[in-house]
Amino acid sequence: MKRLAPAVCVCVALAAAGEPLVVASKDFNESYILGEIMAQLLESDGFEVERRFGLGGTLICYEALRTGEIDLYAEYTGTLATAILRRPDRSGVDALNEALAQEGLTLLPGFGFNNTYALAVPRTLALARGLETISGLVDHADLRIAVSHEFLEREDGWPGLSSAYGFDRFVDGIEHGLAYQALEEGTIDLTDAYSTDGELVRYDLVVLRDDRGFFPRYLAAPLVRADLPERAKERLRTVAATLDDAAMQALNASVLFDDASFAEAAAGYLEGIGIAGDRSGSELWPQLWRNTLRHLELTVMALVPATVVGIGLGLLVFRVAWLARSVVYATGLLQTIPSIALLAFMIPLFGIGVTPAIVALFLYSLLPIVRNTVTALSTIDPVLQRVSLAMGLTRAQRLRHVFVPLATPSMLAGIRTAAVISIGTATLAAFIGAGGLGDPIVTGLALNDHGLILQGALPAALLAIFTEFALEGLERLLSPRHLRAAGV
Amino acid sequence: MNAGVRFTGVGKRFGEHWVFRDLSLSLPPGGTTAIVGESGCGKTTFLQLVNGVLRPSEGRVEVFGADVPREGIESFRRRIGYAVQGAGLFPHMTVRENVTLLARLERWSREAVDARLEELLDEMGLDAGLSGHYPVQLSGGQQQRVGLCRALMLRPDMLLLDEPFSAVDPITRESLYDQFLHAREHEGVDTLLVTHDMAEAVRLSAHLVILGPGGVHQSGATEDVLAHPTDDYVARLLATRARPS
Repeated sequence: MKRLAPAVCVCVALAAAGEPLVVASKDFNESYILGEIMAQLLESDGFEVERRFGLGGTLICYEALRTGEIDLYAEYTGTLATAILRRPDRSGVDALNEALAQEGLTLLPGFGFNNTYALAVPRTLALARGLETISGLVDHADLRIAVSHEFLEREDGWPGLSSAYGFDRFVDGIEHGLAYQALEEGTIDLTDAYSTDGELVRYDLVVLRDDRGFFPRYLAAPLVRADLPERAKERLRTVAATLDDAAMQALNASVLFDDASFAEAAAGYLEGIGIAGDRSGSELWPQLWRNTLRHLELTVMALVPATVVGIGLGLLVFRVAWLARSVVYATGLLQTIPSIALLAFMIPLFGIGVTPAIVALFLYSLLPIVRNTVTALSTIDPVLQRVSLAMGLTRAQRLRHVFVPLATPSMLAGIRTAAVISIGTATLAAFIGAGGLGDPIVTGLALNDHGLILQGALPAALLAIFTEFALEGLERLLSPRHLRAAGV
Repeated sequence: MNAGVRFTGVGKRFGEHWVFRDLSLSLPPGGTTAIVGESGCGKTTFLQLVNGVLRPSEGRVEVFGADVPREGIESFRRRIGYAVQGAGLFPHMTVRENVTLLARLERWSREAVDARLEELLDEMGLDAGLSGHYPVQLSGGQQQRVGLCRALMLRPDMLLLDEPFSAVDPITRESLYDQFLHAREHEGVDTLLVTHDMAEAVRLSAHLVILGPGGVHQSGATEDVLAHPTDDYVARLLATRARPS
């Protein structure tokens, strides 16, 4: 274990460095771009910024902001009203801010676009039919409409829309991913979309104006901690109302279809409004190195205590059969909790970031270590157990000189299994903002970018293989000499 | 040296099953006593009651003139050497480490440990060069000898042997007997041997206790038992001696 100490020190030092503003994003395209815009905006004003992008969903972001793990991210008014404050009727910025103030949060003026449900039709069709508004659809009953299954069911989807606009017609359901292609091939004429989808640009679609104001408004705006430095808030206000739906669509499309990085898209936009951006983003190798170090930190910080606790627990309970069984079952139960769920359970207890990830990985690592320890200790040759007792060894001496040395190979094998499980599971820690090699995987998933996914997956796999070999070597080094003497 | 093992009305049961009940006997000091009986009549249980690994369900076990202690049981056990069938050597320790473990834990000086080790290996006819070997590198007979060395290391007041000669081939067994008699003579330690092998019992011990269904069938000097078996069970056991070996 001594050998690991320097690695632990390095990791702790990295984690403790500085107090930058922490900018976060959710794990989808637009949220990354908005996060990058806010980050560059602050950086260009001299703030030091830490990016905690790709957090796994609204609740994780919101919870992290509330607990001060992060300082700001881009949120939507509709989401705040329905999902977080549970007051869909109060989605106005002032009403939201009144509620948010109690949590020490502030919603700054919005970016200017409204990413809500929308109905999209090919531009050529819209021009040919003179279609501009949703109410105009009444006069075009022949249009073939297919909407996503969720939209077909949701009260704020087709059913509500139909009654608000007085439609009385049948529509089909369609897989959202296929709808764009169907539009392009002309098999359908209209589908639902989000109003800032990059696909709208790519497939040359136009959005029909919601002239009766049916769809809730999802205005994007920086959601920040109220105690953010006034200068930072001021800086963020400079981009208020500078991004309309079309501009956001274009930014989304540039990242999705033109291989622009988030940093490039954000910088391009900022330069357009006269602010110096930073296109460099993060370079591959330093980024990879940082991710790998963080990944190791997560694994080591979970594995070392899991080893101590797991072996200690095994030594404590192995003599009492029912207790040993219960402990093995209990640790086994932990293992059956899906990793992403276990990570999510940790958030109310430990917030987001490194700590909850380490705790979750620690719990995951326990089973193989405890089980191997208990099994090895309780299956030691009964004759040796009897002899060690009869010759007058004390309890501690029996453990020290007989039980532990004989159980060592099995305990080491347990640690090895735990290490490999941890390295794999740690990739999911990116969803709760712990970073590591899961970061590029999560981003790659948001962008459907296989190269980016490999940037996380490959090093993680290599790390697992390397660890496997390294610990196997260690195991051979520490295995009882008699096994080597016998050439086993 | 007075081994002074005395059982008074001793019974032992595991769950509902009584291994034996109302066992009373007093073993004479000096020399070797063999407890002989069929498998399952409680020979091993008997030995484990002597060194306190098991406690009697009823009755009283006295050793060295007092009840088997509850406090300080480890130092009590260190006065009693213990060797078992198959030797029970710790596989992760060398011959030296196996034999000298207790002495090292008792903080003997290195010189004293080495001298005693050398003496014992010599007594048991083991090559000193084997002391760095692991049990897995030894023959069955060598392992058994090392087991006896380990039992004798602390110069115990009593030696308990649980069929230590039964897992080796007949030829090896013969030389083991000689070695054991030689070592026992030299060490002068009272010995309690349990075995199902009447020939072995007669060969090694001056005193016999015949254990069978219902407890002790006969107890006395070996010649007396041989000459005057008290019942059929004893006579049958004595007859097994004739088997070729």
